[in-house]
Amino acid sequence: MATAVWVLGLLGVALGALLGWVAVRFRRAGAPLADAIDKVLPQTQCGQCGFPGCRPYAEAIARGDADINQCPPGGEAGIRALAELLGREPKPLSADHGVEKPKVLAVIDEAECIGCTKCIQACPVDAIVGAPKRMHTVLDAECTGCELCIAPCPVDCITMVPARAGLAGWRPSRPLPRLTALVDAARLP
Amino acid sequence: MNAPQRLFAFPGGLRLPEHKDAATRAPSRACPLPPRLVLPLSQHAGQAARPEVAPGERVVRGQRIARAEGLGAHLHAPAAGVVVAIEDHPVPHASGLPAPCIVIDVDPAAGEAALLPALPDWPAIEPAALRARIEDAGIVGLGGAAFPTAGKLGRPIDLLVLNGAECEPWIACDEMLLRERAPAVRDGGRILARIVGASRIVLAIEDRMHGALAAAREALAGADDIAVVAVPTIYPEGGERQLIRVLTGAEVPSGGLPADLGVLCHNVGTAAAVADAVLRGLPLVERYVSVTGAGVADPVTLRAAIGTPIEWLVAQAGGYRADAERLVMGGPMMGRALPTDAVPLVKAANCVLVLTAAELRDDAPELPCIRCGECVRVCPARLLPQQLHWHLRAGDFDEVEAHALRDCIECGLCAHVCPSHIPLVEWYRWGKTELRVRAEDRRRSDLARERFEARKARLEREDAERAARLAARRASAPAATAGDADDPVAAALARAEAKKRGAATEDADGA
Amino acid sequence: MAREFRLGGAPHLPAATSVRTVMGKVLLALLPGVALSTAWHGPGVLLQAALACAFALLLEAAMLRLRGRPLRPFLGDLSAPLTAVLFALCLPPWAPWWIAAVGMVAAIVFAKHLYGGLGYNLFNPAMVGYALVLVAFTRELSGWPPLDAPIPPGALLDGVFGGGVPWDAMAQATPLDTLRDQLGQGRTVAEAQAGDDGRSAWLALAWTLGGLWLLQQRVIHWHVPVGVLAGVLAVALPLWLYDTGRHASPWFHLTHGALALGAFFIATDPVSGAATPRGRLLFGAGVGAMTVLVRTFGAYPDGVAFGVLLMNACAPLLDRWLKPRPFGHAR
Ligand code: SF4
Ligand code: SF4
Ligand code: SF4
Repeated sequence: MATAVWVLGLLGVALGALLGWVAVRFRRAGAPLADAIDKVLPQTQCGQCGFPGCRPYAEAIARGDADINQCPPGGEAGIRALAELLGREPKPLSADHGVEKPKVLAVIDEAECIGCTKCIQACPVDAIVGAPKRMHTVLDAECTGCELCIAPCPVDCITMVPARAGLAGWRPSRPLPRLTALVDAARLP
Repeated sequence: MNAPQRLFAFPGGLRLPEHKDAATRAPSRACPLPPRLVLPLSQHAGQAARPEVAPGERVVRGQRIARAEGLGAHLHAPAAGVVVAIEDHPVPHASGLPAPCIVIDVDPAAGEAALLPALPDWPAIEPAALRARIEDAGIVGLGGAAFPTAGKLGRPIDLLVLNGAECEPWIACDEMLLRERAPAVRDGGRILARIVGASRIVLAIEDRMHGALAAAREALAGADDIAVVAVPTIYPEGGERQLIRVLTGAEVPSGGLPADLGVLCHNVGTAAAVADAVLRGLPLVERYVSVTGAGVADPVTLRAAIGTPIEWLVAQAGGYRADAERLVMGGPMMGRALPTDAVPLVKAANCVLVLTAAELRDDAPELPCIRCGECVRVCPARLLPQQLHWHLRAGDFDEVEAHALRDCIECGLCAHVCPSHIPLVEWYRWGKTELRVRAEDRRRSDLARERFEARKARLEREDAERAARLAARRASAPAATAGDADDPVAAALARAEAKKRGAATEDADGA
Repeated sequence: MAREFRLGGAPHLPAATSVRTVMGKVLLALLPGVALSTAWHGPGVLLQAALACAFALLLEAAMLRLRGRPLRPFLGDLSAPLTAVLFALCLPPWAPWWIAAVGMVAAIVFAKHLYGGLGYNLFNPAMVGYALVLVAFTRELSGWPPLDAPIPPGALLDGVFGGGVPWDAMAQATPLDTLRDQLGQGRTVAEAQAGDDGRSAWLALAWTLGGLWLLQQRVIHWHVPVGVLAGVLAVALPLWLYDTGRHASPWFHLTHGALALGAFFIATDPVSGAATPRGRLLFGAGVGAMTVLVRTFGAYPDGVAFGVLLMNACAPLLDRWLKPRPFGHAR
């Protein structure tokens, strides 16, 4: 019996040491926290989180002034990534800040545009080009779909279109689990 | 003939039931022209072609009807007739979504074929001109990937592999092509070799394809520039990377191209199309296609015009049997199920397969992975399919990337042998697009971060400048009233400077 | 007329096998060994297997119900009966019925379902069950009936269900027990093995036969058995060469106790084992080495169960470290 206790004890110590070593060996290098958080945020720069852009929100989270569930564009996946990064439990997106939506791009109806430059000033990433009194257009590659340009437009000529549409944007859906637990469970008495 | 070829093994792989006799029993038949052809503008890797005809226009066989844009391939009319529309039409794609197509009402009497000039003296022609001919003929890889052929001919090559190892069950179009047109494959191989400067050519054929081997050897009797090599019949032997490994022992680097090893691999059908384009001036307007499976009455291999509706092809094979369950374009391992047969034959389609319930995976419930490791054993990419599946289910894409999902060739073996009947390949197809989307999102968000920071810096700079200008004006105003004694020149210069800077920021605004 | 078809993902070919087939084949492959064991030890062997199976299926059904899982696919997958039979084969034929009950609770409820059910268990359920009853009821599990005098059916039923205690009167120590006791008393290996007619090699052969059939059927692969063999040799051979008087030969180790059964049937359990080829080799080697170590230095006569459980804990790590190099990646 004593031998067994010794063997198990030693084994415990050895495995504990191994686990400790693994934890040290594979620890993430600690970049400044706000940078790491900013990396995870979607950079839509829409301000829905209540801060003027992703970076300020990241800094607020790092300071502990904001929760991790305030970014609708990042959605559930984004919250999960933040939770993992910060070692917290994920939580549902705060409804006060908005809902998760598919990605969109802004399109300016160039016939309607009066060239007022208001949208240019609103765009957080300078993705709209145009000179005063000239028609403006959106650079597709740079638009983040933040929708900040819609409200300022005096003639309502900006609309949001789905970012990935048609055959080129088609994606296979996530396979459905075929373990039809519900069907069988329903047959139980 | 060259010295006997030493063969190597590739990892994993499996012998599968062949079912090849169905579509090889009789010689191939020419498929009669259907009343209407539908030609998708995008039936190759790369950008869609741009139409060069308008509705109502008459076209003749061989006439170019759409030209390549960027990386792409030209499209030619397979038969004479009238363009009736350029519109969205269902295409053979898993989504079932329509895509732009040119629709031609066939009228064989509408005019003589307009072929390119034949180049029988090709050995004397510059490689660049031959390559241009392949481009002009709209040739793409006929093995299934549909990569524009001319696009693969730009790098110096040592070994040219002609891939006749048609390893998926049922498909038999390469076998029939080799039996019936081995000389064309030979000539096409020689032309391709001349273009890339290859010093060796290997024609690889699976060892069970006796008829094809015999025909190839006969076509090459007395010649020693092309080695006919019988390779063992193991799925997925015909995969480009697997075949190159078997023939050379080398592994094409992950994310790289065979050309990195000095090897170029072309399907035998592509080689025959090259021969047709050069020797006969015929653009790619038809191909061999097997219409087979237990769900068709009379399986056959056809020579059919591109754009022929699948429905028409199946009718040539005696129509559907009553128990036909699934329509697949391609083979039973990698082919895609089609929701309807009202779609056209495209350049890359080697097989139209109709399966009955008895030849299909059943819908038995999927069980959890029991970690049996069968999938690991058969995976030709030496991946850990069960780990990939686990991490995909958990949504852990960093791990998925670390387990090299992108090296999966979607051969389907793992899902085939999985005792738990997990649709592994469906997970991988989803995961691959997800990875692509994520990479794209990351690129976009990095760009957005950069531009956001740049804008913030610009706004701050503008604010600072405005403040500075204000301060300068306030400071200079009393000085001016006190009598512009100090240094009028310096003050004027400063004013000009400030103005210039202001203009510069306005420019930036406008940009 | 255009025709519509039902969609489905590739590959379209019917699946090559199923969990039920795999588990069923393993059960079949146990037959030669079970038959020989029954011939030697009497119908008690079959009785124990039947008892354990009944408990296993009952508990499995109850757990599936509790967890809201479908009964049919999971009860039909034969994984619970296989666990039960492997567990029962480790019991002496006259063990009381509640040993099977306790063992199956540990195996099916704790080791299997509390970890998430089929495919999710970290530890081999049969060995968890066996290790638990071995530690808890050492006395009940130590005596085996003598080989040449099978227990009369009355005594068997009395022992299993009646709480009668036939083993004190008739029990005979197994060769492994004898070896440990005698060595403990300072005798040499040769003296300890004087009464051993080496017959258990035949049982090892019977397990091996079944194992070879599984290999041929590609249900299991060579890595684990070869690993076990290598592990046993690596530890037992140097010890034996060092002092043939104090340490049993590798042959003795291989042919006695549960090693052959373990090498082909227990350590090859897919779920709790390693899944990469090199991982499996090392997994097997660990089991073999641990078994000999426990037999030589540990507190129990046999060590297969402990070896398997220990390596179960290491399997995920082995798979991580011994991940194969994907095709086309730099060496
Ligand atoms: S809500 Fe908008 S601004 Fe805030 S972090 Fe998310 S994307 Fe960035
Ligand atoms: S074949 Fe299926 S059950 Fe076996 S390890 Fe792979 S995924 Fe898991
Ligand atoms: S489909 Fe991918 S993961 Fe599965 S066996 Fe083929 S290459 Fe390997």
